[in-house]
Amino acid sequence: MKYAFFLGCTIPARAVNYEVSTRKIAPKLGIELVDIPDFTCCGFPVKSVDSFTTLVLAAKNIAIAEEKGLDIVTLCNGCVVTLAEADHELKHNEELKKKVNKQLKKIGREYKGTIQVKHLARVLYEDVGIEKIKQEVTFPLDDFKLAAHYGCHYFKPSLVYGRFDDPEFPNSLDELIEATGAPSINYETKTECCGGGILGISEDIALQMARVKLDDLKIENADALISICPFCSVMYDANQKSVEKKFETEYGIPVLYYTQILGLALGIPADELEFKRNRIKPKEILKRFDEKYGTVKAEE
Amino acid sequence: MAEKAIIVKDLDAGFKYRVTEEPGGEHLMKCYACGTCTASCPVRAIEESFNPRKIIRMAILGMKDEVLNSDFVWLCSTCYICQERCPQDVVITELMNALKNIAVKEGIIHPGYVAQASEIAKFGRLYEIDEFANKKREKMGLPILKSEGKDVQAIYKNTGADKYIGKSEEGK
Repeated sequence: MKYAFFLGCTIPARAVNYEVSTRKIAPKLGIELVDIPDFTCCGFPVKSVDSFTTLVLAAKNIAIAEEKGLDIVTLCNGCVVTLAEADHELKHNEELKKKVNKQLKKIGREYKGTIQVKHLARVLYEDVGIEKIKQEVTFPLDDFKLAAHYGCHYFKPSLVYGRFDDPEFPNSLDELIEATGAPSINYETKTECCGGGILGISEDIALQMARVKLDDLKIENADALISICPFCSVMYDANQKSVEKKFETEYGIPVLYYTQILGLALGIPADELEFKRNRIKPKEILKRFDEKYGTVKAEE
Repeated sequence: MAEKAIIVKDLDAGFKYRVTEEPGGEHLMKCYACGTCTASCPVRAIEESFNPRKIIRMAILGMKDEVLNSDFVWLCSTCYICQERCPQDVVITELMNALKNIAVKEGIIHPGYVAQASEIAKFGRLYEIDEFANKKREKMGLPILKSEGKDVQAIYKNTGADKYIGKSEEGK
């Protein structure tokens, strides 16, 4: 399984732990990630200004992957929704495709519509498969209560994604979490929006939105929130202290990338999974993991 | 204090057509005001001024200035829950985006978006990965990344987006 690896803007700047852990787990599951230096921003932040410009920016990136004959895999929900939405529109609207290609021609590119765009979690779910992941898990995380956070753009708008997951009751990430051996808890605010989309417009409202889920997780006594989007992690991890301060409360809930906990379960040593970069330190989880399995050493 | 009455002669009856011509705004007129969007909206749950049903109604009535000049058009978090649930397929998240795009064309743009779009024109990405950051990446065994805005600048210029975002900066 070979994919064009679309890193996006936020991951190399603010979520290197997500990038590193992804690069560690990929070869263990037969995924080859091809780095493509010419990729630029997916176009997401420009959509509010001019949606056509975003379409061209997205189509440009898709065209680059098409030239290599590779499907795109992203780690960020914002990137996947922008690229997949552009791809969906252009595959279904010949006139729009002509209009976009007129723009792309000026920079020497052409969108053809020959590839697919998927989030890594969807690749793990559909292309690698739950059974294969279960087979590869050597250190089951069965002692931990984990809470799935999908993030809105991973599965919505459902039309763009061919409804691969249910827009009201998604379960792909829950199944992925359970494949590591950990129970994925059922909680009321599972599909709640993190508020990240308006952090730059109103920090006050955005933090209040993040609070909704953090309050719920505290009641549920979750060991960690499992994220698959760097922007959701900015809200729940990087801003968790701000939410605590604003509302005079305490959470201390680690927010980990799915690839980090999958890495643990696959036997990758914890210090190679960059947990030190998570803002809320998962000390308790790593301690309990060590107590159960001993410190996992690197292979060879 | 009671809300100010709507003065009919101040309404722009053609505004609804302006919205339906904007990509994403095509389905505005299908709304039958059931309020499923407002009941579902996580922003509305916190901030009462963001009320999708009301915004749609205002747009249909032709309250152009009130819609475009208000803060609330910028408050949609694009979670898509209203769009998924809308029984009339108004495609509300895209409609909210269309309203923002119209506001921008009218010269109303949130400064946050100008800043973000300008960074992308400079570096091809939202955050520059400079030499120092690339050195750190190399040390970690990660591939070095380009921060080059040439293509993005050309796209902005050709689509006309640079008019709203401000002239692309000189050089890279």
